[in-house]
Amino acid sequence: MISVRLRVNGSEHRRDIEPRLLLVHFLREVCGLTGTHVGCETGICGACTVLVDGSAVKACTLLAAQADGAEITTIEGLATNGHLHPMQDGFWERHGLQCGFCTPGMIMSGVQLLARNAKPTRAEIADAIRGNLCRCTGYTHIIDAIEYAAGRPATGGAR
Amino acid sequence: MSDPVKSPYIGRALKRVEDPRLVKGLATYTDDLRLPGLLHVCFLRSPHAHARVDRIDTSAARTLPGVVAVLTGADVNEHCGIVPCAAEIPDLKSPRHTVLAGDRVYFVGHPVAVAIAADPYVARDAIDAIEVDYDPLPVVVDPEEAIKAGAPLTHPDLGTNIAFTHHVTGGTDIDDAFRRADKIVKERMVHQRLTPMPIEPRAVVASYHRGDGTLTIWSSTQVPHLVRTLLPGMIAIAENKLRIVAPEVGGGFGAKLQVYAEEALCGHLAMRLGAPVKWIESRRENAAATIHGRDQIGEYEVAVKNDGTILGLKARTVADLGSYCQLLTPAIPTLTGLVLTGCYRIPAIKVDLVGVYTNKMATDAYRGAGRPEATYLIERLMDIVAREVGIDRVELRSKHFPAVADFPFQTACGVTYDSGNYQGTLAKARQLADWDQLVVQRANARAAGRLSGIGMSTYVEICAMGPSKAMPAGGWEWGCVRIEISGKVTAITGVSPHGQGQETSLAQIVADRLGVLIDDVVVLHGDTGVAHYGRDTYGSRGTALGGSALVMCIDKIVAKATTLVAHLLGVTADRVVFADGRFSAPGVERRLSWAELAGEAFIAKNLPPGLEPGLEASSFFEPANFTFPFGTHIVAVDVDRETGKVTINKYVAVDDCGIRINPLLIEGQVQGGIAHSLGQVLFERTVYDENGQLLTGEFMDYAIARAGDIPDYIMGSTVTPSPVNPLGVKGVGEAGTIGATPAIANAVIDALQPLGVRHLDLPLTPERVWRAIQQHSPVAV
Repeated sequence: MISVRLRVNGSEHRRDIEPRLLLVHFLREVCGLTGTHVGCETGICGACTVLVDGSAVKACTLLAAQADGAEITTIEGLATNGHLHPMQDGFWERHGLQCGFCTPGMIMSGVQLLARNAKPTRAEIADAIRGNLCRCTGYTHIIDAIEYAAGRPATGGAR
Repeated sequence: MSDPVKSPYIGRALKRVEDPRLVKGLATYTDDLRLPGLLHVCFLRSPHAHARVDRIDTSAARTLPGVVAVLTGADVNEHCGIVPCAAEIPDLKSPRHTVLAGDRVYFVGHPVAVAIAADPYVARDAIDAIEVDYDPLPVVVDPEEAIKAGAPLTHPDLGTNIAFTHHVTGGTDIDDAFRRADKIVKERMVHQRLTPMPIEPRAVVASYHRGDGTLTIWSSTQVPHLVRTLLPGMIAIAENKLRIVAPEVGGGFGAKLQVYAEEALCGHLAMRLGAPVKWIESRRENAAATIHGRDQIGEYEVAVKNDGTILGLKARTVADLGSYCQLLTPAIPTLTGLVLTGCYRIPAIKVDLVGVYTNKMATDAYRGAGRPEATYLIERLMDIVAREVGIDRVELRSKHFPAVADFPFQTACGVTYDSGNYQGTLAKARQLADWDQLVVQRANARAAGRLSGIGMSTYVEICAMGPSKAMPAGGWEWGCVRIEISGKVTAITGVSPHGQGQETSLAQIVADRLGVLIDDVVVLHGDTGVAHYGRDTYGSRGTALGGSALVMCIDKIVAKATTLVAHLLGVTADRVVFADGRFSAPGVERRLSWAELAGEAFIAKNLPPGLEPGLEASSFFEPANFTFPFGTHIVAVDVDRETGKVTINKYVAVDDCGIRINPLLIEGQVQGGIAHSLGQVLFERTVYDENGQLLTGEFMDYAIARAGDIPDYIMGSTVTPSPVNPLGVKGVGEAGTIGATPAIANAVIDALQPLGVRHLDLPLTPERVWRAIQQHSPVAV
């Protein structure tokens, strides 16, 4: 067992864990944050995407131990004071989801995109989410959703 | 807080009531369930396509710390019955499909043993510690080779690889049609095997309550009611002691329209071990051991006159079933024969189908299930016929459309199309595509030496499945509506949405019919403890049939409320008026809301004689026929001569799915369906090598569409109500997948036509297209 300390959505989690424990399982099983999903375990589908120190990372390809000391944001950490993050609002407004399984990862990738490019083109959005697979929507409404979120303030405002 | 959205709701692009929990990460999928003492299940699966299992040694696995049990077929098969097939196929030869392999394995991914441990990582360790001695046997991979004399056998005990043959003739005399033809146009087409790949793999949690002997199974399934009906035939539990819950389900596309071995086995393990168990499928397992789709090879012949009149159509099809019959496996290729003639008057048909076992995963219902195959082949054939006969392909299609007045229209395939306006969708699509301009642009591009093509499909499909007489086990749908004592409305549906958004679209229907705010309506589904009966979600049936059952419930409630209102207002029932959610009578000042009426009905101190308390009704809706949505898709592409890469420049989709409840959700369904087609046409293909090894076992090897692959859409609609249900809804879940595949394929072939390319099988990968360009180009220097 090894000791790790992660800040997840602002709360500190110190645990003794098995070295082989994946970050996604740390978040789901240790922290109880089941909004981060597992779709492939090979880093391709992107359903497990979270922010690690502000960068979008696939939590199924990182050991929790590798994230020791990091600041993690998951889908549960986006809404503030009961207000949806503009990206969450955009997915709702523009029908950017159907079954919803890929959605948390898709939203986290969208959040990271807007952090480095506040007004992306549709082609840039499509490129930014090429590491996130969706089998339901056909992506057009997802691109609409990220476009909707672009330029909207990241706190308050939304419902 | 903004003001609540007011009625009418039907026809409006309302955003979904499902979404807040989903975008917040607060939805509960099967893997998100937490039960005290939960054990984790992991399967050992065969690495061989066909082998004898000589020895399984679980001793090392069983001694690992944390391992609860390691079991093989010898331990569990006698307790778990046979994986069911509900297809009604006469003289079907079907192998005995036990939950774990016996002394042989028949496909890569065939489950051989199961380990149960307190920790999921330890369960995997246990699987790795099991030793199996396999003795490889001859493998059957190619279904056409498999039906030749002397071919190795998938299941040697069956004595043949042929599961069934199916012969249909319909309409006028087929031989006469071919005798009278000026020309017989022939083509061979391969409809490749596909992997559905929902992003959530399968998942099962089972929990047995020893005290009352009840078993609850949560499963990522499209069909909780079918599972509840069929599992008691497999494991030792009575139907009325079994509750199946489909919690949040992360996509299905037919892959979860099944009763799987793993569901039965998890139920058995929960009872056997006295502890709740969870199994989460890995992506590799999902690719290898969840059903595949399509996989038909056909030789097709069209009898045609010189003026383009089509007299008849023959299909000889070999369908690759894989190694076992899952729930509907052998029925799927027979569905192809039901819409073989597409939206055309083709007076005579003949279908000869042979279903073949091979050492691969079973094929079954994948989005469209038999109809995409039919649409693809008839739409490819229309293009080929037009070219061979020298008639414009739009004119050829148009010439064979039944007119609006011809509906209900009986086809040579033996089905009756409910309603249609094929010229209407064609005209609208041509207008939206600016067809004449597209043709000019293509001519200019070709003159400049580019490979430019236009494709179209005019499709019809079968939805709202279906009339019970035509379904294996009941095609009706059930619903229940209750006006709660508070006036809030609870609607319970027997359909089981998993992304389609029926918590929203059904609430729109209920709120409009009752005249209440949509915020006051909750739609429940997917739990057999709540939705007692149902036939679940597949075949684009949810809104048409689930919605119609709710309409029947509301009609009963309004009738009962009318009796109660007449009593309360002191008038005769025929004077009671119901409008905008209020009951009144001319000349009486008092008006009654649903909340007031529900209070009277449930408190029940002042009911008319003979009226039962409560304000609730349930109904079974039995459809008189299937529905037949239709549409026209038009696609313009460029093909890069140097690389073979296809670029879609324009995509126009005009779909008629009858009355439109929520246009936003319809758009999402169509776009999602087109993305499956785009993948099928351009890159998707499930590949087994000559040893039966699955080469497309991951997202790394099986390419589904990504965001950058999607074109901009121009989307349109026409509205031709269905006469076979009270909502006039037809269904739209599979339309995109059915209409788009031939439209995109026809565009690519049209681009290659100047080189002399007549047909290419899918997928039209850059390599396949490039090779075709090389073969058909003048010899290079």
